[in-house]
Amino acid sequence: MEQEIIAAIIVSAIAFFTVFALTPFLIKALEKRNSTVKDYHRKGGAMVARPGGPSLIAGILISGTVLYAFFPMTEIIAILITTALAFLVGLVDDKKVMGGWFKPLALAAAAIPILLLGAFDSNLAFPLFGEVKIPLLYPVIVVIMIVITGNTINSIDVLNGVASGFMVIAGSAITISLIILENYEIAMVSLLLVLTSLAFYKYHKYPCKIFPGDSGALTLGAMYGAIAIVGQVEVIAAIALGPAIFNSFLFLSSMKRIVEHRAIKEKPVELTEDFKLKATSNKKASVTLVRLILAGGRPLSEKEIGFVIFKLTIFSGILAIITAFMMGVSL
Amino acid sequence: MSGSSIFVFIFAMWILIIIGGGIAVLILAPITISGYGEFDLIFSSAIKAVISIGLVVTWIFILSRVKNWIFRSQLKI
Repeated sequence: MEQEIIAAIIVSAIAFFTVFALTPFLIKALEKRNSTVKDYHRKGGAMVARPGGPSLIAGILISGTVLYAFFPMTEIIAILITTALAFLVGLVDDKKVMGGWFKPLALAAAAIPILLLGAFDSNLAFPLFGEVKIPLLYPVIVVIMIVITGNTINSIDVLNGVASGFMVIAGSAITISLIILENYEIAMVSLLLVLTSLAFYKYHKYPCKIFPGDSGALTLGAMYGAIAIVGQVEVIAAIALGPAIFNSFLFLSSMKRIVEHRAIKEKPVELTEDFKLKATSNKKASVTLVRLILAGGRPLSEKEIGFVIFKLTIFSGILAIITAFMMGVSL
Repeated sequence: MSGSSIFVFIFAMWILIIIGGGIAVLILAPITISGYGEFDLIFSSAIKAVISIGLVVTWIFILSRVKNWIFRSQLKI
């Protein structure tokens, strides 16, 4: 246990400080190369550097490699390779806007290392009722999980600080759940995800200095999904992801097709004169979590909406932790 | 507060996941097919997969109904 605690402290510090120190350099480099996009929700429409994925993947890979030196487990390698592949998928999408089907298909391919390395257990655990053995079906769940987690985090990355802040909260919930279930090594990998997200949040929070881009959002989402599979906390992870899944559910049920969000003309929210956001009255616009938060109420600032999303995520995180306790109870 | 009904929806999602888990473990998992030799596992898995997909579709339908019920006033926007 002592070795686990020492390793956790060392890799956590490396994960946090790598991203914390690297991101300002990345911002300067991106600004120098004119790799910036307009922040439409901000007064004056400031130009913001994008993508922040490279600093996130650097923090994850460096700290993950150190963790592997402490605990040479195939599971850690599988998570890191899948995360790195998801980063590359996002980077391609950052450089060239791809069609709506590109990300799901490419993310499905990113799940292959988990399957090839056999870093999964084909039993799916449910709270209160026990496990289901699904040896033939489970590989399909592995692929679906990476696609869903990658895309849901990407789809919630619509406001300053939301994707990284969301991942700090949801990641903390599965880290605590993994500790409750005594899966300490994977809990440490999850801790890396939390600390890299936390360090990035410092620059991503309102008013943000860098956007994660697809490379950042897919890196965080795919790593979260890989941890859920390898750590055997698939159901718990899905619960902690509640607001993001709800957002994707609302979007898909209103659009009735898979579509790249940048391709949608009608926006779900509008800007007021004092740069607050209000729900649009355009019936053709998609229904999203942010639109639902704003519907029927007063316009809110970007920061206020972010805090509502964080409160929802904390609620989901608490439900996820309760679920982890329920895993030990059998009816 | 803003989004208070969303808490209710997330809680409903959680309950549905737990009930779904119960159905999967207690009803779906014990299904076994025999008499087809080495294909028994494939046949029983295929049947479980079809039922699981059916359950997922049912769950999405229920969630959609719950969403419309909880957010009936907001969704008129």
